[in-house]
Amino acid sequence: MTMTVPAQGHSAKDRPKDEMKETPNEVPNRDLSHSDSHLDLDTPEKPYLDANELIINMGPQHPATHGVLRVILKLDGEKVLGTECVIGYLHRGVEKIGENRTYAMFNPYVDRMDYVSAVSNGLGYCEAVEKLLDVEAPARAKYIRVILAELNRMASHQLWLGTHALDIGAMTPLFYTFRDREEILKIFEKYCGARLTTHAFRIGGCQYETYAGFEKEVKNFLKFVAPKIDEYEELLTTNRIWLQRTKNVGVISAADCVALGVTGPVLRASGKKWDLRKAQPYAAYSEFDFEVPTGENGDTYDRYLVRMAEMRQSLRIIEQAVNGIPEGPIMAKVPKVIKPPVGEIYHSIEAPKGELGFFIVSDGSIQPYRVRVRPPSFVNLQALDLMVRGLLVADVIAVIGTIDIVLGEVDR
Amino acid sequence: MPNFITSYFGSTLTPGAAGNQFWALVYVFVIFTGVSVAVMAMNWLERKALAHFQIRLGPMRVGPHGLLQPIADAIKLALKEDIIPSEADQFIFWVAPLIGLLAAFTVYTVIPFGPSEAVSDMNIGILFMLGVSSIGVLGIVVAGWASNSHYPLIGALRSSAQMVSYEVAMGLAVVSAVLMTSMNEKGTGTLSMIGIVQAQQQQGIWFIFKFFPLGFIAFAIFAIAMIAETNRAPFDMAEAESELTAGYHTEYSGLRWSLFMLAEYAAMIAVSSIAITVWLGGWMRPFPNLLRAPAWGFIFSLFPGLTFAGLAAIAVIGTIRMPSHSFFKVQRMGLAGFAAVLGLIAFLLLVLAVAGRSPDASVAARFNAGIGYVYWFVLKIAVFMYLFIWYRATWPRYRFDQLMRVGWKVLLPISLGVLILTAIAGVVVS
Repeated sequence: MTMTVPAQGHSAKDRPKDEMKETPNEVPNRDLSHSDSHLDLDTPEKPYLDANELIINMGPQHPATHGVLRVILKLDGEKVLGTECVIGYLHRGVEKIGENRTYAMFNPYVDRMDYVSAVSNGLGYCEAVEKLLDVEAPARAKYIRVILAELNRMASHQLWLGTHALDIGAMTPLFYTFRDREEILKIFEKYCGARLTTHAFRIGGCQYETYAGFEKEVKNFLKFVAPKIDEYEELLTTNRIWLQRTKNVGVISAADCVALGVTGPVLRASGKKWDLRKAQPYAAYSEFDFEVPTGENGDTYDRYLVRMAEMRQSLRIIEQAVNGIPEGPIMAKVPKVIKPPVGEIYHSIEAPKGELGFFIVSDGSIQPYRVRVRPPSFVNLQALDLMVRGLLVADVIAVIGTIDIVLGEVDR
Repeated sequence: MPNFITSYFGSTLTPGAAGNQFWALVYVFVIFTGVSVAVMAMNWLERKALAHFQIRLGPMRVGPHGLLQPIADAIKLALKEDIIPSEADQFIFWVAPLIGLLAAFTVYTVIPFGPSEAVSDMNIGILFMLGVSSIGVLGIVVAGWASNSHYPLIGALRSSAQMVSYEVAMGLAVVSAVLMTSMNEKGTGTLSMIGIVQAQQQQGIWFIFKFFPLGFIAFAIFAIAMIAETNRAPFDMAEAESELTAGYHTEYSGLRWSLFMLAEYAAMIAVSSIAITVWLGGWMRPFPNLLRAPAWGFIFSLFPGLTFAGLAAIAVIGTIRMPSHSFFKVQRMGLAGFAAVLGLIAFLLLVLAVAGRSPDASVAARFNAGIGYVYWFVLKIAVFMYLFIWYRATWPRYRFDQLMRVGWKVLLPISLGVLILTAIAGVVVS
């Protein structure tokens, strides 16, 4: 059996000749020795795999890697000795596109990064440019932004729950969550015409006034969805098999999270109370009363509980926002041609998956000089290797699900 | 009619035991077709029931309410290209699905659908069933190995470890039931499938209720182990879709893949039959000991006809509720025809039930009794099949080490304890 891992173009042929001489033991078509590998494959005392060891290529076409993530697993039987993520299969050069579009033209592109929470992406970008321009969106626009962003958080978490449960083998929750997510998408569609890549906000506020009956529909949705969350929990929270599959699986400490830059529900499940909506409030979040749910153990089950609690908190925020939505304009005074002054800005928001940051450098022209996105999925994915070492293959799937990645955002 | 045909009608022996090769062959043929049709029906039912658990409709396009979907699937699978990977071990890859299929179908030779409604009655029936049904794992292991691919290999190894460990608990649970068959005057038990049901008949109790809760615990252990044995959710580690793409049959396609599925569903029916035979009174109707008056016998003999009448009524309601658009004309006609066939069967069964009412040994009475046996047996199987679907819709998948832990550390000690307690209880009672 040949165990060739043709990853990253590091084939033996591509390497300089003298480097080849240094490893005379190497079989030419066995190409497992990346210098940057996490797999410890080229330790000099053990150049070959043991008889018990196995290299398995999970993805990019795999039912449970949430898109085109490729994970190279080194296994001892079923035990994971190491992993290596190979990303880039969905790379579209979004950041580079940003340098060739005007500020307003780039706005729809950010929706395509984390396509299951497009509203949050748009919110982060618009607020970053507004900060650069030194304008502030009117109060009504901010409230609309909060309502839509929190609805989007619900939708994102519902999609996460369905696919995560499906990965662990529970088929049914997927259909329940998709049924309820549909109601959110209907509200989006009525508001801005798009269900997924919404492009809901503009730099300086919102383009669209809320449609007639918006408040009523959102309130009806809140009433509709609260018992549905109980329904999901009824299926899973005390389910013996679910507990066994998620408790003490993929444990990560708060210190490790901070060291790796992991944010969002994964960080909060490790016990650190860090939520940008509270820590550095943006939009209208400072005006609402809500809690930041945290876990204790940092395992998959705690991350599940934190996200379920976050859905309930989102409902609280939406309810307060809908009840207190002020009248007034929805668009600040923004020049027709957006030409921010020379400078740079970093603005981050709490997206459903963690800290979503936009670093924008302006050279005074109508196009950004550089747009750098700090995507939560990409940063959180770094923790995968730490979380799954020593666990089993089935846990790798559970952990990939619990990190909640969207490959569109990882690869950009 | 020749004697070798008519002699069976008065016989109380199975054709195999009586040495009647003609009827044995007829039974083999009937069981082979019956199981194949049952697998198709099960395929449709699983997709439909699972869909309704999950707020979807399931198959709706091919035939009324997707009734013809399994046939369409079978044709599709039969016509697909038969791919054998170039790196695979060709011959073993070719043979693997047949091993599983053979094992799954061979066990049906000893399954008693009635006291004489079986191919044969072996004095080691239950051992034969357990032994042959565990040959099925060989097909899976060999398939995973011959594919020469990583995911199938892991799936095959998982499956073999799983089956070996659950076989033990399963066997011990069955032994405790076999022990119960020896609780008679002579003190001799039996391993014969028919003998086990007759022992329940003589003792006037289904073994699931015997020495309560011992019989029930043994049954529960068997019921858990049989899900693991057939690789069904939540123990479907061998083909865990989200982990191993498709497990041991990742490299299989077309007809060969469908043979695996056929074997899996046939094995599900087979292990359910063991559970029914050993603990749930096999072919016996409910409460044969309490409601033993002949009138009750007549009332219960109406059940098959009434069941078909109910199915016909459902089909009629479906026909009426179908949209009146001309697009549905053919479907409406098809469903109405289906209803008519079901109604006709119901009518014939009811006529037979009335005709066979007299307790004498007329052919009608004999025939009527036979239908009753098969009906109750199949009904119990259907309940088990529904449970299989229900489990799949409700539970997440176990992890492999947890599965082994449950097998060795929970089920095995409990089944050993039940065995010892059953023996003690038997001694105390006698």
